[in-house]
Amino acid sequence: MRAKTKTNIKKAISLLILGILASLAFIPLYWMVATAFTKPSLTLKFPPEIIPRNPTLDNFKELFQRKIIFRWTLNSVIVSGSVTIAQIFFCAMAGYSLAKKRFPGGKALFSVYIASMMIPTQVTLVPLYIMIARMGLVNTYAALILPAIAAPFGVFLMRQFMLSVPSEIIEAARIDGASEFRTFTKIIIPISKPAMAVLGIFTFVGQWNSFLWPLVVTNTSEMRVLQAGLSLLQEQVPMQYSYLMASATYSAIPMIIVFLAFQKYFLRGITVGAVK
Amino acid sequence: MNEAPVKQRSLVREIWKNRAGYLFVIPHFALFVVFFLVPVAWGMYLSLFDYNVFSRTFIGLENYKTIFGDWLFLRALRNTFFYTFGVVPLWLGKALLVTVLIYPFRKSIRTFFKAAFYLPHVTSTVIISMIWLWVFNPNFGLLNFAMRTLGLEPVIWLGRTATAMPSLIIMQVIMGGGSTIVLLSAAMSSIPEYYFEAATIEGANSWTIFRKITIPLLKPTILYAMVMGTIANFQTFSNIYIMTKGGPQFSTTTIAFLVYETAFVDYDLGLASAMSMVMFAILVVLGLVQFKWLGSNVEY
Repeated sequence: MRAKTKTNIKKAISLLILGILASLAFIPLYWMVATAFTKPSLTLKFPPEIIPRNPTLDNFKELFQRKIIFRWTLNSVIVSGSVTIAQIFFCAMAGYSLAKKRFPGGKALFSVYIASMMIPTQVTLVPLYIMIARMGLVNTYAALILPAIAAPFGVFLMRQFMLSVPSEIIEAARIDGASEFRTFTKIIIPISKPAMAVLGIFTFVGQWNSFLWPLVVTNTSEMRVLQAGLSLLQEQVPMQYSYLMASATYSAIPMIIVFLAFQKYFLRGITVGAVK
Repeated sequence: MNEAPVKQRSLVREIWKNRAGYLFVIPHFALFVVFFLVPVAWGMYLSLFDYNVFSRTFIGLENYKTIFGDWLFLRALRNTFFYTFGVVPLWLGKALLVTVLIYPFRKSIRTFFKAAFYLPHVTSTVIISMIWLWVFNPNFGLLNFAMRTLGLEPVIWLGRTATAMPSLIIMQVIMGGGSTIVLLSAAMSSIPEYYFEAATIEGANSWTIFRKITIPLLKPTILYAMVMGTIANFQTFSNIYIMTKGGPQFSTTTIAFLVYETAFVDYDLGLASAMSMVMFAILVVLGLVQFKWLGSNVEY
């Protein structure tokens, strides 16, 4: 009985600490939403209203009057969507090959992929920009999409997953006379759906949130993606917090919905490749 | 005499025999070469040039000499180290603490907390930075409201050289660590439970169990999280760009931010490339040191 009380006290203390740590991260997110629904004049008031007393949609109305925000959203959807679809298929193919095919140079290829994951973005930033500029692709979707598809992480992730696919299934299909291509589309893709979902979700969210490359490679307002657009707003109206928080909320909500809907994939996906 | 051609032919045959393997890799690898490997090599090459609007001259290692004589670059290096070594240990500490604390609970509670700590990760750094700019606002921000409520003096968090960088570190620690928690929890649930039970029966207290069982068994995962965290935080850019633009008085100028400014504001592309190469070299060294220090009996 006493031991049980002791564990209960321990658990209560644990919950308290966990609650505090989790709220610390949650409060700023709550504050974003609360401010977004507060009248602009009330944000520059002391003390702040923790719960908006007269919530208003004015900030969102003002935001949506700038039609450009829909263009930014469309750009984000186009770029994130294309990158995600291309990554899923290219990485699944490459991962399958690197995990299940033995061929001269295969190991070396995989080492190059692994090593490249340590290279900071800044290394390719400048040469990539010069390259894109020389190809005449600055301010195009191609410039936003192609370099992102080339990112190495997805190949690593898919390869790690493919290692767990039993080779016998693949051999059986081959013996039954299925071509390489058929084996891939009829056997590998269906088995890999969970891993492909994980990669797809990570890529989509990562792409939706990416900032530096879109900032560098686009220079007209029409070609900005949402994140780069937000930073533009931030520079134009630095002190209008209610308005800025409305735009931040607008941009964050789709990803929060994606997260809540696909939570288990997220939580599982991170561990692929790190834990054997 | 015939050996070389024979060898060559057998290699060609070997490649032909395995053509499926190559065909599956090629779509991604082609893009990877063009948009990743070529730029990396080109970046090394560019770093040897005086490359700007007016000139494209080969100058050897001159750019490297320039940056190591430049106080601002050295300052940025120091800032970046300060930031990275501030964030990564605190992140790991927080993640370890949370992992150990949620371990005894049932699955639904564990999942709830994992999700809660992961949530800020799906919100972009741009948004998080905009929110915290508002939280840190000296007059109307939430933080100074809390300070005044507690009877403390309000602080100009981002406006003072002494507090700007620590503020950014604290923000990153509060919002981050979620993916490390998920990683560590997965690793911890793969430790056989009887290890902990046996230790408890032997009379070991929580702290001893943590030090002697949990930490050693989580070592590979801790190492992985540490290396990845170091790489990510060493490149911190968006929060600096949105919140401080490197100020006040360059106290928050990180290398990544300086590379951006040098390349796309000053348009000194050769110099920026040299800076990024130094950054790369430092990350390689840090990675090796971390593996050496922690990885003595870790297998990958």
